[in-house]
Amino acid sequence: MKTTVKICLSILTMSMLLVGCDTKGPSQRAVFFLIDTSGTYTEELNKAQSIMNYLLATLDSGDSIAMARIDSGSFSEKDIIAKTTFDTRPSTANDQKRLFKHQIDQFVDSLARGSANTDITGGILQAAEYVNETQAEEKYILIFSDLEEDLKVGHIRDFPIELKGINVVALNVTKLRSDNIDPRDYQNRLNHWQGRVTQGGGEWRVLNDLERLDKLIKTR
Amino acid sequence: MSNQWLLLWSDHPTVSVMVWFTIIVLVLYLGRHQAHNLLSSIGQGVYSTMRLWSFTLRRLEQALKQRNREVLLAEGARACEKSIEREFERVNDLVKRELSQYPTLHREISEAIESIENDYQKSSDITPLPPAWGDVVETITALPNNGDSTVNRILSNIKKAVEDSHQQTLKAYKKAAAERHQLLASMQPNWRKLNEKMGKVNEKITGLDDRSNAIDEQMKKYEAIRANSDSAFSALSSSALTQFFISGLVLVVAILGGLINFQLIAMPMSEMVGGTSYIGAMKTSDIAALVIILIEIAMGLFLLESLRVTHLFPMISSMDDRMRKRMMIVSFSILFILAGIEASLAYMRDLLALDREALQQSLSGMSATAANAEFRWIPSIGQMTMGFILPFALAFIAIPLESFIHSLRSVLSVLAIGVIRSLQVIVRIIGGIVRHTCNALIQLYDLVIMLPISMERLYNSKRNPNHLSASSATTVTEKKSSSKGKKNKRQTMDDDLAIDTMVDNLNQTIR
Repeated sequence: MKTTVKICLSILTMSMLLVGCDTKGPSQRAVFFLIDTSGTYTEELNKAQSIMNYLLATLDSGDSIAMARIDSGSFSEKDIIAKTTFDTRPSTANDQKRLFKHQIDQFVDSLARGSANTDITGGILQAAEYVNETQAEEKYILIFSDLEEDLKVGHIRDFPIELKGINVVALNVTKLRSDNIDPRDYQNRLNHWQGRVTQGGGEWRVLNDLERLDKLIKTR
Repeated sequence: MSNQWLLLWSDHPTVSVMVWFTIIVLVLYLGRHQAHNLLSSIGQGVYSTMRLWSFTLRRLEQALKQRNREVLLAEGARACEKSIEREFERVNDLVKRELSQYPTLHREISEAIESIENDYQKSSDITPLPPAWGDVVETITALPNNGDSTVNRILSNIKKAVEDSHQQTLKAYKKAAAERHQLLASMQPNWRKLNEKMGKVNEKITGLDDRSNAIDEQMKKYEAIRANSDSAFSALSSSALTQFFISGLVLVVAILGGLINFQLIAMPMSEMVGGTSYIGAMKTSDIAALVIILIEIAMGLFLLESLRVTHLFPMISSMDDRMRKRMMIVSFSILFILAGIEASLAYMRDLLALDREALQQSLSGMSATAANAEFRWIPSIGQMTMGFILPFALAFIAIPLESFIHSLRSVLSVLAIGVIRSLQVIVRIIGGIVRHTCNALIQLYDLVIMLPISMERLYNSKRNPNHLSASSATTVTEKKSSSKGKKNKRQTMDDDLAIDTMVDNLNQTIR
């Protein structure tokens, strides 16, 4: 009887120890959301808000999120609208989410007009710097833009971008009037950005159907 | 490359194949005896080994069965002894409790009987008649009546006096009768009281009678176990299996209760230890919740051990009473505190769920619903109550756990015996298959070289006379069978020795 009790207890202890071995927990995530505020694309910002709400609902304690605008010169901390890393405590994380949402809503309401130029590369560089700093295992850069870059005179952006281990997702890539004249322009634009991202070591994806946001980032 | 070898003897493939075939048959014919011996020894070797294993497994099975029987009977005897001890304790308590009050009961019964007797005595007293009243009446009636008015007057006076007296006597009689009836009526409560007391005595005697019947039953069972009877063993085996399934079922229910408890406190634990910390694949908050539940189960175990309800830890039940009582108080206190903590965690869970719900609504753009706010306290109270009650419910898991552990050994033994029996069959089958396969291969070998064998037989039959070949065949056969017999005997002895050694080793391992 004593032997049986000892054997049962030792099996229980061993199994508990083995459970703790070798396997790692779920990875942390970092998401940087770039929204194009140039020209007429500002009319799409309410869609950006719903994407942001989805991200806030999906991300968890320990994850990081930031939102920045794409304007004439995007490689600047001043373009970051809001950023946060969610606290380990769920209640504090919920408050942070509420504050973040409030900041985004305020920004969207206060935006009067779009910028004259579009510096997508600068925004991506800023985003890559942020997500790499968080040292998260899963890194995402979401680009809410028509991907039509229009740099200011004197801005140099024609160099490779280091995007190793980063998932770049283009959202709501709307078709321009020129794309209607020659649809190849649209595909060329997508291919150009895909080439830049993959050459930099990143993963490229396009998601135009906002009904399929569940495919945006991996859920735990 | 293979083509080159094929066409080695001739450019014509058929001729080359024929030459190769002839060479192969010749080689096989020359090596016939060796090949036969090889196949035969392989088949026999595997067969003997498998047979040896089968014997070993059979001996192991018998040893296991014997050990299982011994353990089961010993446990059954122990349980019977405890049961008989308990019955005697009950009888002792009954005698102490009930029969210690017997003098009082006896006195009450005696008083009741005495009171009844007195009342009865009183009720039997009759009002005495006036002295010589009958003689007076006779004398007066005997007086002659001569028509004398004086006598008439006297007689009528006497008549009136008699009648008055009669009335008075009747009155007195009625009064006495009424008093007697009253006395008899007053006896009734005493009868009832007596009846009640006798009923109590009957109950006590019946209780003792039942206990003694129970003791008789237990003693019969105990005697059957001590006599090592098969019926006792079967009864104990089926009892162990029944206990195993019942306690297993209760443990499953308890585990489900534990899961519900876990769900109740896992989320709020992440507020305390953080939601991002992991130990292996599990969240630290989940592990913390699991630890709290396991501590509650442990406290329940210690509490029941201190109360001597369970006997999983002999060290606790052998402690002195003061230490045991302290342990009881401490384990109950810890359990109570943990139950309180769980109730508060359950409430926090409710608040967190509300907060998350409100956030989801704000993110989806819906306005916060305040419907049924006045009933919001009901689920909160429900969760808090569950958080408080579940630890105490889980504390009783020690009882089915003990029963499960006790019966597990028997069930595992039965399963092991079944596995060993299956292995026996498999091993014998393998041995038989291999031997028969080797025999078949020997025949196939001879089939391939049937031409030279047939030629040899023909040659021998023409050259050697029949009796010579028969006697030499007999001699050879005799030699073969005698050597085979010796070989078999030697092999059997070796097998037996090997079996005994292996079984001894296995028995020691089991013990």
